[in-house]
Formats: sequence, structure tokens, C-alpha cells
Amino acid sequence: MIRVVLPPHLRTLARVDGDVELDVNSCVTQRSVLDELEARYPMLRGTMRDHVTQLRRPLVRFFACGEDLSHESPDAPLPEAIAKGSEPFVIIGAIAGG
Amino acid sequence: MSKVRVLVGTRKGAFVLTADGARKRWKVSGPHFAGWEIYHVKGSPVDPNRIYASQTSGWFGQIIQRSDDGGKKWSTPGSSPEELKSPDGMPKGESNKFVYDGIPGTHQWYDGTQHPWEFKRVWHLEPSLHDAEHVYAGVEDAALFESKDGGKSWTELSGLRKHDTGPKWQPGAGGMCLHTILLDPQDRQRMYIAISAAGAFRTDDGGTTWKPINHGLHSQYIPDPNAEVGHCVHRVAMHRSRPNTLFMQKHWDVMRSDDSGDSWREVSGNLPSDFGFPIDVHAHEPETIYVVPIKSDSEHYPPSSRLRVYRSRTGGNEWEALTKGLPQRNCYVNVLRDAMSVDSLDPCGIYFGTTGGQVYASPDAGDNWKPIVRDLPAVLSVEVQTLP
Repeated sequence: MIRVVLPPHLRTLARVDGDVELDVNSCVTQRSVLDELEARYPMLRGTMRDHVTQLRRPLVRFFACGEDLSHESPDAPLPEAIAKGSEPFVIIGAIAGG
Repeated sequence: MSKVRVLVGTRKGAFVLTADGARKRWKVSGPHFAGWEIYHVKGSPVDPNRIYASQTSGWFGQIIQRSDDGGKKWSTPGSSPEELKSPDGMPKGESNKFVYDGIPGTHQWYDGTQHPWEFKRVWHLEPSLHDAEHVYAGVEDAALFESKDGGKSWTELSGLRKHDTGPKWQPGAGGMCLHTILLDPQDRQRMYIAISAAGAFRTDDGGTTWKPINHGLHSQYIPDPNAEVGHCVHRVAMHRSRPNTLFMQKHWDVMRSDDSGDSWREVSGNLPSDFGFPIDVHAHEPETIYVVPIKSDSEHYPPSSRLRVYRSRTGGNEWEALTKGLPQRNCYVNVLRDAMSVDSLDPCGIYFGTTGGQVYASPDAGDNWKPIVRDLPAVLSVEVQTLP
């Protein structure tokens, strides 16, 4: 079970409270987690990554185990603690805007 | 007794204001989509309970919201729990997928170089006059999209953006937005759009091909003041009984056309400033029009710090200031292009919202004004529905 923490605005959009729990059947990567998240909550499509290019939106960041993985390959395996669900995969809206 | 529903988009959410036909006591609901920029909210003339909203964020991009109960409940079309369970399979979640048709190409950038078309947000939603499932979207960077499935999916009417003049279009200070969509109530094939800063365009074949309609516009701030395109049109309005007559608030100048935009003439007349953003037409008097003069393009507040709506009962040139109930000193708000609307009661009600968060209403065609609310976030858009 993968745990995902959404930023508050996306939690509201997806109508969820607290963490989201997902089953990812393939290798646990940013891409496979986001694919599953978007399949479960289709209203989130396009809000974290571009519909067509699948590139991360500039002011969205991905964190895991205290590390910023935003610039890692979306196909790189995520840390084992994420795959086991002991640590959450955290999606945040960057602090920006002044 | 008739009712009025005012749909307000602000920098930090949407609000729905309702009153009975007297328009004296208002109920305010919201914020809906708190914290998000709501560029526009508009109801279908076919089914007033069907309302579309453009919700946008610099972080999370574009969202389209839809209500089927007059603004009480909202959902992103095509991604509800009910649809997730449907035998048709997983919903695609494409209600916010605005992808330009083909290779997007380039337009002119601020420095004169060419710049790729990039979708940023939906500025304006215009529901069809004939089908509640059919809605148009004017977007930045300027293009026109339509949905025929209630906002679940969108297709570009790319004949507009692919017009020969497209590479000459350039963004105004607020971005290169398609902000005005007017549907001809007497001719399903005809519609008008306007872009800052490209100008106005008309289609006579349902959106397949487009013609610039800017003859008569004069803009001293561009290299050729009489160019075919490049004019910063802020807003165009039409009365449904006379769709060949158009009124335009340009960056500077209030203009009028009586030949479907083929030619324009200035009707600024005695306005204290002919800079401004919104323009609208009285619901029952096609020659009665309203503007809100703003001091200049670098000073976006009313002349003499007095908030005045100007009304012309002669289709332009002769204007009277409407001030009763509006602040007449120390007022430094702006009224944005989509932030004025009218109801269809008798007498006609006029409404506008300000960047200071006030929404003003006049139940008597502009003679007297009162704020419905005073302290909303900056108002981006105001639309009014007159309900039975």
C-alpha cells in the first residue's frame, strides 16, 4: 500500500481527507504512483503533470523520505520505504508567489 | 416572482449572490473553490441550473467545474464517483485538457520575436444558446475551444488561431487572452470573438473560418495605428435583438459598428476618459449602453478617484454619469472586462464588480446603486441570471 500526501487544494479537488492509499502493482516509481493516483481520482489529471508531455508542472514538487525527488527520472524506483508504505510520497505546491 | 442569481468570479474563489425580483435583500454563498482564481462563471441560457466555471491556479493549472443545480454542488465533468463506476470504463479526466490542434506554431512576443503558443488558462466560458451540453471557451494563449459533452472534453476551433495573421498577434499586459465570445441569436453560424491584443474576429460558418473585423479601429500605440490586427480590444457587447450592432470598449476609445463589425466608428463623445474595460447593453433598450471610464492604461482607477458608470441612451457619443450610491472620493478600484452584466427584469438591473471586492447593483438601469457585498477578493467576472 502506497501512501500519498496531496497538497490541500488537490485534496479538496479530489474530495479526500488525509492521506490517499494506493495499490501499485508495477515497479513503484513517480510515474506508476501518479498513474494510479490519476486513475483513482481523474479530476487530478493535468494538475500535477501536463496532460500531453507528462512533465511535472513547474510549481509542483515531489518529496520522499525527506528528499526532493522532483528532478529525478519519473521512472526511477522510489525508496523502499515508499513502496512498503512506511513513508508517504508527498506532493506539494511550491512556496512561491511572494 | 422572478429571481436573480449573480455569479461572481474572484481571485480567491467564486460566489453566488441571489435575490428576489426586488433585488434589495441578497443572500451570499461561497467561496466555492476557495483559494483558486475563478476567471469566469456563466450559466446556460437553455438550462439556467447548468453553470460552467473556469477555475485556475499558477500551481495546479486549469480546472473546469460544472454545476447542474444552480451552483449548489459542483463537479469536474467526466470524473465523478458515479462515472467511475459506470460500465463505460474509467473516465478520462479530460475536462481540463486544452490541447491546440496540430503543431501550435508561434505568435509575436513582447520583444517582437516569435513565441510558441502555450495554453495558460480559460478566460471566458460561453454556453450555447441552443444546447446546455455545448459550451465555448476562450483561452490564453488566444484560441477558441468548444465542448459538446458538457465540458468533459474540448476541441479547438483552430481556424481562428491558424488565420494568416496569427503570427502577428501579441499579448497585452494581461496576456494574450481570448476574452469575448458573442453568439448571434439569429444566425447559428455566426459568432464574434475578441483577443487582447489582436482585435475582433467574426465567423460566418460556425467557427471554421474567421475574418478580422477591425476596420475603423485606430490605435496610436502600435506601429501601424490602422493595422488589420494588433488592436487591444477589451470587450465587445451586443443586444440580442440587433446582433449586427456591436459596441466595443477598446484599450482607448469606445467604438460602434452597425454592420457586424465590418466597420467601426468612435462613440466616446463626452466621456471623461475613453479607456476602460467592460461595456454592456441594457436588456430592453438596444441603444442604451454602459461603460466604466478608467483614468489611463497606467493608472487603472477611475478619473478624479470617483467611481462613475456612464450611460448613453443614444448608442454612444452622449454620455451621462451615474453616481448615486457609488463612492465619489478616494476610490482607486478597477472594473475588469468581464465584471459587468445586466439582468432582464423590468426595470433592467445593472451589476459590476471591482478589484476592491465590491459588487454593486442597480435595480433601476443605473440610476441608483448599492453594494451587494463589499469585501470579496478582487472581482474578475460578474454574470447575471434572471430566473422565473
